[in-house]
Amino acid sequence: MAVEFEPMMGRYFTLNIGGDACRIYMEESGSGIPLLCLHTAGSDSRQFRHILSDPDITSRFRVIAFDLPWHGKSNPPKGFRGSDYKLTVDGYKRIITDVCFALDLQSPVVMGCSMGGRIVCHLALENPAYFRAMIALEGADKLKPYYNLEWLHRPDVHGGEIQAAFVSSQVAPTSPDEYRWETLWHYMQGGPGVFKGDLHFYWLDGDFDDRSPQIDTKACPIYLMSGEYDCSCTPELTLETASRIKGSKATVMTGIGHFPMSENPALFKTYLMPVLLEIANHAA
Amino acid sequence: MRTLVHKREKGREHLTINEMQERVNTNRRLVYQGRWVNLTFVLGVGDDDHLITIAAGKIAQIRQRHLPTDTGSFSIRASSESWAKHWQAVPPRDYHDIFAMLPKGIVTIDGTLLPLMQNLQYFKDIIAVMRGDKGDENGG
Repeated sequence: MAVEFEPMMGRYFTLNIGGDACRIYMEESGSGIPLLCLHTAGSDSRQFRHILSDPDITSRFRVIAFDLPWHGKSNPPKGFRGSDYKLTVDGYKRIITDVCFALDLQSPVVMGCSMGGRIVCHLALENPAYFRAMIALEGADKLKPYYNLEWLHRPDVHGGEIQAAFVSSQVAPTSPDEYRWETLWHYMQGGPGVFKGDLHFYWLDGDFDDRSPQIDTKACPIYLMSGEYDCSCTPELTLETASRIKGSKATVMTGIGHFPMSENPALFKTYLMPVLLEIANHAA
Repeated sequence: MRTLVHKREKGREHLTINEMQERVNTNRRLVYQGRWVNLTFVLGVGDDDHLITIAAGKIAQIRQRHLPTDTGSFSIRASSESWAKHWQAVPPRDYHDIFAMLPKGIVTIDGTLLPLMQNLQYFKDIIAVMRGDKGDENGG
C-alpha cells in the first residue's frame, strides 16, 4: 500500500550565530509569499504542521517553520555545556533576520506565537521596510510573570512534566483532546533549561511598551491575535498592546488558548484565513 | 459536619467531596500518575479547609479541618463561587485551570510547593475530577 506523505519537506542548514556555527532544522511547503513561522517558548516548529499542510495556505504562501537553536531538531551551539541558555531581545532578533537573509526571503510575512508574537513586534519596529506584514499570535508588548522560573530547571522536578503542566493551563478547555496533548507533548520534550531560557525573553527582557507606539504599521502592517483562554498573554494585554500600536489590527479568538495553530487548527484557520487573504491581496 | 458540596449544572447531581475520593481512586490513570505522592494537602473552599491525604496516588482520607494545628504540606484555596466556576463542565476563562486562576488572584497557593510542582498535573487533575464526567481528561 502506498504511503501518503504530508506535503512539507524537512531540511537542515548551518547558520552562523554570533560566531558559532549552528545546525538548524526547518520545514517548508508551498510557494508564493514567504510566511515564516516562529514557535512558542520551549516548543518547536511541529506546532505549525497544520499550516504547512493546508493547501488553502500553501497555494499562495511559501510556509517556512524552523526550530530555534536548542529546540526541536536544531542543535545547541558547539560547546553548549559551558553556557547557560538565555534568550534575549537582541539575540532573538538576530537569529530571525539571519534566517531570513540566509534563505534569501524577499518581503516575508512573519507569524510568531507567544514569544514569537512578541519578537515580531520588535522586528517591525527595527526594520519595517523589509517585512511585508507581521502576525503576532498571543503576543504583547508588556507581560507580567506569575511563577518563578527556577521551577523549570532543577533536578528534583521533572522539566518535561512541569512544563506541560504549566502550559496546559493556557489551552482552551474546548480544544480537541488530541491536539491538546500533542501540543503538551512538545513541551514534555524540551531540553533542560530551554523553556526557562526562552521565558527570560518572554517575561523579563521583552517588554517594550515604551517604544511600541513608534511602530509604523503603514510600512509594516501588524495583526495581533489572542485566544480567549490565554491566561499568559491575555486578550486584555493584547488589546492594550493594540491600543499603543496605531494602525494595528487586533482579534480576540473565542474558544482558543495560547497555542492556536496546534491546539485547535480548524478553529484557528477561520481566524487566520481572512488575515492571510488581506495580506496576499494587498501584496497583489 | 459540613461537607464540600458543589452544585452541578441545573438538573444534574451534586458532587460531594466523598465522590471526589471515589472518582480519583477508581481512575487507574490518575492513581498511576500520582503513585509517588504520599502527603496531606489543604483544599480550601471558601471558609472550609479540607485536609486531603494521598497515599500512593489514592485519596486515603478527606476530613475537615477542626484544629488550627491541622494542616498539610501545602494549601490551594479559593472562594466557593470560584471553585463552582472551575468545576463547570466547560469553565469560563480565568477559571478553567488552577494556574489560570493564579495570575488573576482567584486562587492562592501556600506552603511547601515542591511536592505540588513535582506532581502538578496530578494535583490539578484530582481537583478537576469534581467536574464529573470529563474532569481530569481535559488537562485540569
